[in-house]
Amino acid sequence: MFENLANKLEGIFKKLRSRGRLSESDVNEALREIRVTLLEADVNFKVVKRFIEQVRVKAIGQDVLKSLTPGQQIIKIVRDELTMLMDPGSLKGPIKPAAFPYIIFLVGIQGSGKTTTVAKLALNFKKEGFNPLLVATDVKRPAAEEQLEILARQIGVGAFRRQGNEGPVAICQNALQRAQLNKNNPIIVDTAGRFHIDEELMAELIGLKNNINPQEVLLVADATTGQEAVNIASTFNDRLGIDGIILTKLDGDARGGAALSMKEVTGKPIRYIGIGEKLDAIEPFYPDRLTSRILGMGDILTLIEKTEAAISQEQAREVEKKIREQSFTLQDFREQLRQIKNMGPIDQLIGMIPGMSRMKGLQVEEKELVKIEAIINSMTPHERRNYAIIDGSRRRRIATGSGTSIQDVNRLLKQFAQTRKLMKKLVQPGKKTKGNFLDLFR
Amino acid sequence: MNLWQKIKTSLATTRQGLTQKIDRIFKDRGKITQTLLDELEEVLIMADLGVSATQKIIGHLQEKIRTNEVKDSEEVKDFIKTLIAQILEKNEIEESHKWQPPHVIMVIGVNGVGKTTTIGKLAWRLKKEGKKVLLAAGDTFRAAAIDQLEIWAQKIGVDFIKHQPGADPSAVVFDAIQAGKARGYDIIIADTAGRQHTKANLMEELKKMKRVIGKVIPDAPHEVLLVLDANTGQNALSQTNLFHQNLGVTGIVLTKLDGSAKGGIIVNIADTFDIPIKYIGLGEELDNLQEFHPALFASALLTD
Repeated sequence: MFENLANKLEGIFKKLRSRGRLSESDVNEALREIRVTLLEADVNFKVVKRFIEQVRVKAIGQDVLKSLTPGQQIIKIVRDELTMLMDPGSLKGPIKPAAFPYIIFLVGIQGSGKTTTVAKLALNFKKEGFNPLLVATDVKRPAAEEQLEILARQIGVGAFRRQGNEGPVAICQNALQRAQLNKNNPIIVDTAGRFHIDEELMAELIGLKNNINPQEVLLVADATTGQEAVNIASTFNDRLGIDGIILTKLDGDARGGAALSMKEVTGKPIRYIGIGEKLDAIEPFYPDRLTSRILGMGDILTLIEKTEAAISQEQAREVEKKIREQSFTLQDFREQLRQIKNMGPIDQLIGMIPGMSRMKGLQVEEKELVKIEAIINSMTPHERRNYAIIDGSRRRRIATGSGTSIQDVNRLLKQFAQTRKLMKKLVQPGKKTKGNFLDLFR
Repeated sequence: MNLWQKIKTSLATTRQGLTQKIDRIFKDRGKITQTLLDELEEVLIMADLGVSATQKIIGHLQEKIRTNEVKDSEEVKDFIKTLIAQILEKNEIEESHKWQPPHVIMVIGVNGVGKTTTIGKLAWRLKKEGKKVLLAAGDTFRAAAIDQLEIWAQKIGVDFIKHQPGADPSAVVFDAIQAGKARGYDIIIADTAGRQHTKANLMEELKKMKRVIGKVIPDAPHEVLLVLDANTGQNALSQTNLFHQNLGVTGIVLTKLDGSAKGGIIVNIADTFDIPIKYIGLGEELDNLQEFHPALFASALLTD
């Protein structure tokens, strides 16, 4: 949906370069594009404004105008500055719970993902050898307590919920007693979702904090939040005082500009990001990765991760071996296709490859993949292993069997032959290139 | 409190922000300068209208200023209000109430937008209209989602069909539609698990649910409601795009307008897609789901 910033900038500068020299107004045009890109990523308007001024100063200082590749130069400045903004040398990494009682509050507005995140954090701590206790103080949303209990059971940790009609403070106090008895630490408290402008509920939360004195108050925020992110984060920080932020739902295609805004207005670090519905889908925050995302510049790291998720190490080694031994067959090819399909929509994968989005005309049709798979499915195992034996009559049969045309079958066989040739080159002895499967995509 | 007042109260923060800023921008200024238009742009972008919708509105405004049709602060306000209302009205369609029961509504959206709560409130509305409502617990994935819907069903006093957690959601809706048809329900509302719109396999699951519903009742589901969170920024466009492509969304519900979020993204969505906005969620109480009125929304957003 969004055009790549890098491409836009290259376009501007290419047009201008034909004139020989770049003027300050050309840089301004580039800055305008950067501004639009950041706004489309939901970075707060005021944050963008300040940021653009910083980049302008830097860009002029570094003589971008004289550079041969001004587009690249400006992008580098933008990337560096963005990363700096999110990581002013205070990257705190994952939480290390200290001695009992180490109490962690998770707060935020409705639907930001607090309850799920409580369980994810707990699983994380459990893996590190801790014995956490989850505390349900959200007595407002129907079945919120049940949800926390179920999640606790799933990951095998304790959960505490009220027995009678106690309020959040009493629930926490009782939970602490239980934790002391059972030697639970840390204690992770789920709170009810509330809007920052809801005076009554904010006062309740402040009361809870003052009574319980948690070691960490973490704001759970949805990565898709728009301009409002600034108000949510600054109000929670000013009224309640937060120690960090957990950004959720980054497994979608949210650009996550809200993270930048929240970091900038609160000065508090982003500690974790939530990247899926599974309870282990949480990881420490890396500013540089989010920078790429905000700029919409391809996210090769995520792509690699997706590949790793879809293809096991073992499978990858197997394929590599086959390529090296030149025994890569249509059977293997089909297996690869299926794995690619498991990784999600093709056009999105392509968008993650830097530079690929430049090829706007390039449309990889999912249907095309289905067709290829159908053709391979219509071959006999023997044919899949020895594509060379597939003659005219076999081709006719395969086309009929797969509901495609002979031309389609021909095209596939030709492409496969070429791929094999390419693979052969990769593993040819004496050449520097080692048989790295990823090279095929470079 | 009538509807108009309710929307006004809920949007009070927004409204103050917008009008005060617009008033301030135009105060003590004779000529309409570029700075002034820049500040107006800021106001609209801060309401999450997005860059393209904002530029479109500013572009129209500039045109009117050039032809001298818009001259001062009041006129700018009126003009923007009318324009936003026009964009929002564009997709409105006449409701035909002549459907054959059971009328099937499928509710979809990303995680945490308020699907289950919306279903509770919608069921309450329909029950008050005298309809016989059945809820289907199609979110078999999220922990306690079934319990959550069941609590709503009990609270409202409507019937409820569920399977075990982890069951195939298509099987749940299949049972619900069959039961609904056999027992003469007017309306069946199917809950679905929240999912990121970019997950192809989860989208297939929803498509299967839709197909299964259509097998029991040929033209069902009659409505596919997409729930969007008013706090969401430009990603709501991508959500709408993918859900619409895959499932054919017939209406949008905008929730959590009782926070301070502007919900301006729906202006952008109404501009980009031909999907009507059906309801807005204004709070956690049962009666806080309201029909969407474009003109009212635009006015409440911009007038005192």
